[in-house]
Amino acid sequence: MKKTYIAPNIERNSAGNTNKYGAKSVVRYQDKIDGIPVKEIVEQFGSPVLVLSESQIRRRHRRLMDALQMHYPKVRLAWSYKTNYLGAVCNIFHQEGSCAEVVSGMEYAMARRLGIPGNEIIFNGPGKKRHELELAIREGARIHIDHLDELYLIEKIAQELDLVPQVAIRVNMDTGIYPQWDRFGFNYENGEAYRAINRIVSGKAMKIVGLHAHIGTFILDAQAYYYEAKALLELAQRMKDELGITVEYIDMGGGFASQNTLLGSYAPGEFISPSFDQYAEAIGAAFNESHFVSQNLPKLILETGRALIDEAGYLISSVVGKKNLPSGERAVILDAGVNTTITAWWYKLKVTPTRPFPGAYQNTIFYGPLCMNIDIMRPAVPFPDLQTGEPVLITPTGAYNNTQWMQFIEYRPPVVLISETGKLELLRPREELDDVIGREMIPEHLRSQ
Amino acid sequence: MNTEKLSNLAMNDNGFIFDPESGYSYTANETGIFILKRMAAGMKQQEIFEQLSEVYDVSEDNFNSDYSHYMLMLEALGLVAFEGGSLESGSE
Amino acid sequence: MNPDLSKLDITIAVTGLKTGDNPQPGVPVIRSIRSAGFTGKMVGLVYDSLESGIYLDDLVDQVYQMPYPSAGADAFLNRLDQILERTQLDVIVPTLDSEVILYIRLAEELKRRGIHTFLPTEECFLLRDKTKLESFFVPQGVPVPKTVLLTSISQLNTLHEEIGYPCFIKGRYYEAFKAGTWEEAVKHFYDIQSRWGLPLLAQQIVPGEEYNIVIVGDGEGGTIGMVPQKKLVITDKGKGFGGVVVKSPSLEEFARKIISILKWRGPCELEIIRGYDGTHYLIEINPRFPAWVRLAEGSGQNQPAAVVLKALGQKVDELPACKTGTMFVRHAEDIIADISVMGEVSAKSELIRR
Repeated sequence: MKKTYIAPNIERNSAGNTNKYGAKSVVRYQDKIDGIPVKEIVEQFGSPVLVLSESQIRRRHRRLMDALQMHYPKVRLAWSYKTNYLGAVCNIFHQEGSCAEVVSGMEYAMARRLGIPGNEIIFNGPGKKRHELELAIREGARIHIDHLDELYLIEKIAQELDLVPQVAIRVNMDTGIYPQWDRFGFNYENGEAYRAINRIVSGKAMKIVGLHAHIGTFILDAQAYYYEAKALLELAQRMKDELGITVEYIDMGGGFASQNTLLGSYAPGEFISPSFDQYAEAIGAAFNESHFVSQNLPKLILETGRALIDEAGYLISSVVGKKNLPSGERAVILDAGVNTTITAWWYKLKVTPTRPFPGAYQNTIFYGPLCMNIDIMRPAVPFPDLQTGEPVLITPTGAYNNTQWMQFIEYRPPVVLISETGKLELLRPREELDDVIGREMIPEHLRSQ
Repeated sequence: MNTEKLSNLAMNDNGFIFDPESGYSYTANETGIFILKRMAAGMKQQEIFEQLSEVYDVSEDNFNSDYSHYMLMLEALGLVAFEGGSLESGSE
Repeated sequence: MNPDLSKLDITIAVTGLKTGDNPQPGVPVIRSIRSAGFTGKMVGLVYDSLESGIYLDDLVDQVYQMPYPSAGADAFLNRLDQILERTQLDVIVPTLDSEVILYIRLAEELKRRGIHTFLPTEECFLLRDKTKLESFFVPQGVPVPKTVLLTSISQLNTLHEEIGYPCFIKGRYYEAFKAGTWEEAVKHFYDIQSRWGLPLLAQQIVPGEEYNIVIVGDGEGGTIGMVPQKKLVITDKGKGFGGVVVKSPSLEEFARKIISILKWRGPCELEIIRGYDGTHYLIEINPRFPAWVRLAEGSGQNQPAAVVLKALGQKVDELPACKTGTMFVRHAEDIIADISVMGEVSAKSELIRR
């Protein structure tokens, strides 16, 4: 039998660039997702294709619930729609027991379309519009107030509709992390949050049922959640002592890191991202120390999205062509770029070959198909020699990609779910021309060339 | 193509190459050293392909594209020189 | 009593074999293990084929090149499995800052492969992060120079009120520069930010004497060994190329307190300043042996040998007191080899001597 061919390569040795592992590759390959051959998926749906694993999503959800309940029993997760709002995905989370967390009127409508009742929806976000608030109040959603103008508006709507909205306020605070998110909600340290609560109470138009904070995104320091929980619980205690109001829930927001690696980070995600247990321990510590908790047993709500679904998403993308850069690095052009995988701008995504490779490898940059210099899927990483047409896996890509992807010069790829029984279910077919221009109109005088 | 320099290189089978004239050393992969040794012996592209394809599973198109890339790498490293400046005419 | 490794028939791997102007601790660690009588197989794990320790004939029996920690856990474990096909590995002593967290997080994977380490818990490791030192240690009665976490250049405008000049502008992981004025602080801020990113730290300069202590913690709050030194020679890069063992009960008590608070397990180096008023300040905790660790062995405490035994789960008594006045001077020498040695490592990524 003939040997597997790899493209010839030569590099000049100098101190610092001789990090090779000889005749053997250290890059692992993966030729199946949940037992289904990558080849089969590509044959059926083409390339690129975004694949989600139902069993991995459910497993992560259960793992997080278990980790949290080890420390505090009264927990509810709220599925953050913006992370991935495909109906099938949302319903997996709802089946697992999550309520819905939405940040816009559009997402609110998506949750309602799936049949989620208003009182199972948490309505966050800084840009809620009047008609959206009206609907949410009528339907009994939990509205998390972001700023004073919104507070006044809700008060006005409540009076007009003669309804009592169920609200929480969003609080921001210093939890020792960088950057501190201080543009959302009311500040804790300077007393703004408490003043807002006072204002709501004196307006007598709404009922404060919870306190909410969301300290940031991709939080690598689990301890920050301890400080967050502590601050929220102290605020809850003060509300009870001074205003006689006992909140029903403490919503800790989201922001748990996935195993992805931030672009600026030297150490890979798997070495620095805290585990569910570490996050749960930090939150549990604050809850179990709190007098307010032991007296009132508030519900703990978490809206963490990325850490639940990022690893369950695989983008299968294929090699369009290869070239050698003047720097000596190999460039591979893939059929999917930042248009489908916007998280490539934040993370060093992992590229995994789909077959075993013999021999050494060289520094390889993965580009997308766009005619833009910024279309980089993965900065240089040691990789074996790929052949044209060959598929690779880009991971983790389950979070934020199919909500933020762009319709720029390419059709967006299909999304497929591998069900728990191993069935391939199409969630969204590849776009066609009509998906792009379907809502476009051309004025009469521009209908001919 | 001028491949004169190649005959002065010390190459071992592991892919380590030492240029005693410049003091530079290089590392080539399996196919890289395979090709380089044959170039040093004066073989041309077609002949090298015939020998390589007996050992490795590779199509001629695939090989030709990689071979051109490889020649550019070697030229960038100053190990070969294209006469007349063109890859096409040089590689024959 | 110092550990006797003469009857130990195992394979020990050590990382970081570069010596030279910014030396890594691997070579001295290996020397100390050897001088404890160890005659078993010694493996060097390197990143670069030009790490100088590779070229010393009598240092390691085998050299294997490893993927950088930034390549991730998969690449690391895959490479480790390839090495394990060639040789068993019983103990690994990592010596570089950036790889310690990897060995901590992968401890279970390593154990499954029969590889032992003696390292702190992850929690403990994270508490020694430069950004955490002040908030964690000061409430426990361990002074740390006033530190401001810098997340934006605008914070420099109020720095003179908070800590004053001169102060140190430090990267989170590497590098520290003295800034005498706002202008210098701005320059260093951009400099460090471009290399290591945010956040940065601004730290008050405490006038006083700097001491470095190499310690092996037992993981229960005690120390197995402790050797404090005062640097005698400092290079223009700030590296200590000579030092002398000092005896100071108050310094040692201060160090013991830090180790007992952290319950540090494994080797570390403390950087401490004794202010002119006699107060001790904790500057940094490095989670590994320093490159000057041979001074420990030379002064009577073979700490690397102790770490090998502790990794194997053996009981190790507290090492004997170190001999005050023992000094070291670092000496660089040229190693002669044939280019084929480099060829072995760069082309095969391994060098098998024995």
